[in-house]
Amino acid sequence: MNRYEAVIGLEVHVELKTDTKLFCGCSTEFGKEPNTQVCPVCLGLPGAVGVLNKKVVELATKAGLALNCAIGTYTWFDRKNYYYPDLPKGFQISQVFRPIAYQGHLDIDVNGATKRVNITRAHIEEDPGKLVHSGGSITTSRYSCVDYNRSGMPLIEIVSEPEMHSGEEAKAYLEKLKAILECIGVSDVKMEQGSLRCDANVSVRPVGTTTLGTKTEIKNMNSFRSVQYAIEYEVERQIDVLEDGGRVIQETRGWDENRGITVSMRNKENPDYRCFIEPELTPIELTEEWIEEVKASIPELPDARRKRLVEEHGLPEYDAGVITSSLALAEFFDATLKEFPDAKSISNWIMGELLRLLNARNMELSEAKITPSSLAALLKLIEKGSISNKMAKEVVEIMFDEGKEPDQIIKEKGMSQISDEGQLAQIIAEVIAKNPKSVADYQAGKKQAIGFLVGQIMKATKGRANPGLVNTMLRDKLAEEA
Amino acid sequence: MRLYNLSVFQLSELMEKKEISSEELTNAYLERISQVESETKVFVTLSKETALTQARNVDQKRARGEELSPLAGIPMAMDDNICTEGIKTTCASKILYNFIPPYDATVAERLKGAGAILMGKCNIDEFGMGSSTENSAFYPTQNPFDAEAAQGCISGGSAAAVAVGEAAFTLGSDTSGFIRQSAASCGVIGLKPTYGHVSRFGLISTASSLDQIGPITQDMTDLALVLNTICGHDVKDATSASVDVPDFTKSLVNEVKGLRIGLPKEYESGVEPQVAAKLQEAISKLEELGAICEEVAMPHTEYAAPAHYIISSAEASSNLARFDGVRHGLRVEAEDVSSMFKKTRSQGFGAEVKKRIMLGTHVLSTGNYDTYYVKALKVRSLIKQDFDRAFEKFDCLLTPTNPTTAGKTGKNPNDSLAMHLSGVCTLPVNLAGLPALSLPFGMVDGMPVGLQLIARHFEEETLLRVGYTLEQSTNQTRPKPGLFLKYNIHRG
Repeated sequence: MNRYEAVIGLEVHVELKTDTKLFCGCSTEFGKEPNTQVCPVCLGLPGAVGVLNKKVVELATKAGLALNCAIGTYTWFDRKNYYYPDLPKGFQISQVFRPIAYQGHLDIDVNGATKRVNITRAHIEEDPGKLVHSGGSITTSRYSCVDYNRSGMPLIEIVSEPEMHSGEEAKAYLEKLKAILECIGVSDVKMEQGSLRCDANVSVRPVGTTTLGTKTEIKNMNSFRSVQYAIEYEVERQIDVLEDGGRVIQETRGWDENRGITVSMRNKENPDYRCFIEPELTPIELTEEWIEEVKASIPELPDARRKRLVEEHGLPEYDAGVITSSLALAEFFDATLKEFPDAKSISNWIMGELLRLLNARNMELSEAKITPSSLAALLKLIEKGSISNKMAKEVVEIMFDEGKEPDQIIKEKGMSQISDEGQLAQIIAEVIAKNPKSVADYQAGKKQAIGFLVGQIMKATKGRANPGLVNTMLRDKLAEEA
Repeated sequence: MRLYNLSVFQLSELMEKKEISSEELTNAYLERISQVESETKVFVTLSKETALTQARNVDQKRARGEELSPLAGIPMAMDDNICTEGIKTTCASKILYNFIPPYDATVAERLKGAGAILMGKCNIDEFGMGSSTENSAFYPTQNPFDAEAAQGCISGGSAAAVAVGEAAFTLGSDTSGFIRQSAASCGVIGLKPTYGHVSRFGLISTASSLDQIGPITQDMTDLALVLNTICGHDVKDATSASVDVPDFTKSLVNEVKGLRIGLPKEYESGVEPQVAAKLQEAISKLEELGAICEEVAMPHTEYAAPAHYIISSAEASSNLARFDGVRHGLRVEAEDVSSMFKKTRSQGFGAEVKKRIMLGTHVLSTGNYDTYYVKALKVRSLIKQDFDRAFEKFDCLLTPTNPTTAGKTGKNPNDSLAMHLSGVCTLPVNLAGLPALSLPFGMVDGMPVGLQLIARHFEEETLLRVGYTLEQSTNQTRPKPGLFLKYNIHRG
């Protein structure tokens, strides 16, 4: 019996998808040469002041609404003061006192049960620059360089209530959050490019108590899976500390992916950020009408889509969950469904071959050459019996890699199925003539001997014989001869 | 003819008539600067070469018959906290001793566009913290009225430059009254425009919610000409207002009949009797001209100075955080980053700046935030309310600019609160974001006296009208030359 309960809250930073930065006209493009996407404003040069990018307000509002948040009609920016080389102004512009979005929630599914996680707030803030350590890590470097390309990038920080109780729940929360933000198009939500970053606040307490234990903040997790593992590790670590009669120290810990452990980074002494209203910007004032307009621009969200797939198209919950976990998959599914009405068979192909190939090639769906209409065309050919399932798997791989249409591939590779009864009858007759022993066995009651004969027919046709037809015709023929 | 004694308007006419070229004028000013600069110490940086290049450009344009602004070819200067592309901008601080901005402040860009000739950057208090360059990291600027330096009077570089003829006009910056106070002590005109009327982009912020750039000129006509060029909305400054900019020269009207002028009695406490007498003289004159002058209550005035001190220090503590040695300005090398921060800032900032940073940090800290900062913001609202009420009844308000004349203000740099109190008449205006003019009005003990006129938001036109009327109707607005013969000033 577990005597402890884990309490987890997540702080997720999401980079908003805008062309320009939060307070200046610099490009937000990822992966450019260091310090090439900078200007006096995002470098915090003396005298430079910024102007709010209105697109950011729209995207933040959209995200807030999609996360079921209330939207503040009168909010503003504040300064969070601290010194760090990547912070060019010596303060970060954020929304401390009045977040643009607050009191939201999202629903997650873990082990077949749905659970609601409340969202405290989602506020707009600017990203600092990035330290590039000469020796790979801060502790092993003699010097570090600063890249300010990231400085001033627009972020929203989404803060959950401490309502999750396992690494698995945290992972499910992140997956749902990602699916929603991706669906509404406000962010690339790519953890590997840093457009989604997650810090976890973790504490444990004896089961049945309500006071929160001392928490640690876990950083440096670069995948949803590592968030899960880091939390699981940290929960165990804290329980061990308490079991040994120790106490948990409030600190920031980093996840060491290679060693699979969290390590202490620094003691957090509750830094005093001396926050106050940013005097160089004016408040953000929104009208209810404008908020309604933004609301109207939100597309069908993953939960609604999933419900539709189950209720209208009869997909199993599991299939619907997998397909709606990614906007690309969901859109691919819907587009295929428009041309081929059998939802379950589409979902089988997406969850089977398509996901297998994406994993094997380590690719995004958008990078694959296969299109929804070519998949629909392939499914039609299978339905008509023009190609066997087995062969279709080969065809789909070519479609995936090369983008050709299925009928063209089948033609080029001579893969079309033989369903011509005359042609098959001739082959069956030849196989029967060549294998008298098997025929005798079958007729003596060893019904499984038919398998060998079918195998010989397939061999003779290089697998192209329509298997259903072969079976029927062969049985009829053997019955005739008996 | 001593060109440096002429106003912008007069010089502009001479150039228009092609009696002089901008290059000649610029050379005349350069000569004037070489004559007096060693004593006045108006400039932190001189930009002789770019000035001459700009002047030749203007002359070429004029030769081609291009339509030019009245400011085209006019030698001018600006405070050293206004960024100028390619020209050192130091905020009179060691921490920015080598900072060359890669861009122009919007005002610098607009003046450049109008063809005005930048002669150099004027001395200020370090980061504008003070009222008369006593806190400049380099040197104090001599007040040109105190010819023998007998009284040890110092002044703002931008006001002294106009007074002594080292620039035909200048731009200053005003957080608690610097433009108005130093203009008053130098016998020239200074205006702090409405907050938001002149772009702050490129002004190195001290207290962002209080700082404002404004012109310093020899007369009201020049003031209108400069305002026409620098006012107006700027997309690069979020606090810049989108209001229509009138032609300010149309407000140069010699008429105050029926104008209601409020006299805040709270501003009279602590005012030197002789200064109060000059104020009374001005009131009588305005009444004689048909204005209606009445006392008005501004009950929260006494709390303005402490509130301003808290708010300006709080904002400054944050604004000055960027001077950390990482990207620009002074860097004192050290074994690690946080020691580098500390050493750079310890050596780069002067005593007054450090004091304000510490005070600002203190009032924003957890536990003090509500006690000091939030309370100061509440006082600020009350001060604004005082003004709002007064403006229900009056078109403008009249006060002294400084409670005493220059010889007696700003002489105790060890007492920064006392120094702050010298701005008791000017700083409430910054808290309320209003426009205010300081107009010279006679002398006391050989030093000029300034009157302050305050108007409603974006009603600079009222100030121009009252100022122009006093200028036309009295002989008090251009202090007489006899008292500073040493500098050969023959104006008026």
